Amino acid sequence: MQLTEKQKRNLELQAIEVRQSIIDMLEDAGSGHTAGSLDMADIFTALYFHVAKHDPKNPEWPERDRIILSNGHIVPVRYATMAHAGYFPIQELKTLRTFGSRLQGHPERTHLPGLETTSGPLGSGLSQAAGMAYAAKMDKRNHHIFCLMSDGEMQAGNIWEAAMFAHAHALDNLIGIVDRNYIQINGRTEDVMPIEPFAEKWESFGWRVIEINGHRMDAIVEACEAAKAHTGSPVVIIAHTIPGKGVPEIEFDHEWHGKAPSQEQQDRWLKDLRTLKGKMSASHYE
Amino acid sequence: MLNPQLYLHTDTLQGGDMPRKPSRDGFGKGLVELGKRDDRVVALCADLAESTRMLEFKTIFPDRYVELGVAEQNLAAVASGMAAAGKIPFIASYASFSPGRNNEQIRTTIALNHMPVKIIGSHAGLSVGPDGATHQALEDVGLMRMLPHMTVVQPCDAEQARLATEALLDVDGPAYVRLSRAAFPVFTTAETPFEIGKAQEMYVTENPQAGIIATGALVHTALLAAHSLRAEGIEVSVMNIHTIKPLDIPAVVALAKRAGALITCEEHQVAGGLGSLIAETVAAHHPVPMEYIGVHDQFGQSGEPDELMKHYGLDVSDIVRAVKKVIERK
Repeated sequence: MQLTEKQKRNLELQAIEVRQSIIDMLEDAGSGHTAGSLDMADIFTALYFHVAKHDPKNPEWPERDRIILSNGHIVPVRYATMAHAGYFPIQELKTLRTFGSRLQGHPERTHLPGLETTSGPLGSGLSQAAGMAYAAKMDKRNHHIFCLMSDGEMQAGNIWEAAMFAHAHALDNLIGIVDRNYIQINGRTEDVMPIEPFAEKWESFGWRVIEINGHRMDAIVEACEAAKAHTGSPVVIIAHTIPGKGVPEIEFDHEWHGKAPSQEQQDRWLKDLRTLKGKMSASHYE
Repeated sequence: MLNPQLYLHTDTLQGGDMPRKPSRDGFGKGLVELGKRDDRVVALCADLAESTRMLEFKTIFPDRYVELGVAEQNLAAVASGMAAAGKIPFIASYASFSPGRNNEQIRTTIALNHMPVKIIGSHAGLSVGPDGATHQALEDVGLMRMLPHMTVVQPCDAEQARLATEALLDVDGPAYVRLSRAAFPVFTTAETPFEIGKAQEMYVTENPQAGIIATGALVHTALLAAHSLRAEGIEVSVMNIHTIKPLDIPAVVALAKRAGALITCEEHQVAGGLGSLIAETVAAHHPVPMEYIGVHDQFGQSGEPDELMKHYGLDVSDIVRAVKKVIERK
């Protein structure tokens, strides 16, 4: 079902709040991955606030949709979205990457309810998601498994082992979402190790491919709904995103893959986001 | 003499004429038994169903058998996902590939993630034989015992492999089981007790001059060595460490105290294997002179298992020599 204008606006405002939290927590931590966390804020917001079946008060609810984050380094966006969705107090985001925190530098399932798995080393999340999808089919459960991946990790062979497996077993309850932001630590993906022709790779592995602008709420929701409705094969959503999205001065810059903002940058970026949010809210009430 | 409380086969010390089976056979039987007992048990295999002995499970429970093809990284991580969904996956391949090739997936998605995946590494050790060094895993125990949360088991024969497999159902968290391709004497019996984490003193003597601590197929070799030493008037005890982790520390320390000297025997690199483990343990609790039977920083090669055991110094005569040497050092 299409988003109403009001739903779309609310999700967009929510995504801005998630971005604000990401900037805050990364500055507090003094390290972490900024670009990918920011560029996935829209998709995480759409998943947690509209698309996925889940219950923050009951993270182990058996019928929940599973959200697997394969590229664990962008976990700030997941923590921020989960906190805003009610899994834990927003205040706790300040503990990111600190000793004794439930918010480990890379996500650890045993530390925080609702994470589903432990990840960070790239390339193995899709296999885990496929295992969950396979088990769900064995048990005739009808939830979906969303697996979020980076484009850089498409260079890992394990991804394609999983892609082959999911196709072989027609895991149509499995939905991959690739953050196609064209950057990785060493530079642009196509310079480091090209992954193009990318959509064709997935198609040739037997997956249904949907390509979207990963910052358009209606497109994200529509693609996820189409993926859930699709039967007979797994689906991958290739989400074209802008690394650092929401902070114009760092957008597209691969140097921001793995570093955190300074306090001065934090102040400036948050001010810009507040202004943007103000404009959006104002236009909402026009 | 053989420990009467363990009900070992009466021909155990006769050497050559014992019935022989590969320990992987016992795993296959144990897995089928588990399949009947608990429908959460699923079997995942990377194109080696027959040689890892998963085939019988596949035949009886086709809906609970998952074929991965030649993809060991996927094998480990898919199993992690199935475990997260409530299954108890057993994953089987050759030890060189799993936990060899997929070590990081095992570390992150199974061990750190604390998932009850049971990793079956068959074709471990030199006794793989003609296939050569690529397929003779000699590092797998080291890789697995370094991982927090991991239980590590190496049964001494096919019958114990069956019991160990069945016992894994009650192990909370991940486990690794190391199995052999080659047929070795089956000297434990249906009456022999088995408990994960409990060492078994198989050859007992009142005043041992040395203690032999062995694992896997080398346990039987060590028993033959003890028997032969007795004929020469040298008394030793032999302990079977089927559970490498968690180690039965009290039993090992007690043997070190009683015997005053130890020899470790394994079909694995001494560095990182049982030799390291026992040395670490007695150094902390009761240091005694030690000798190490095992592979010393070398790769294997093609040959028949017997030839390789002789070449790498894992034979009865090698153990006898090591015992005499360690007694001299007391």
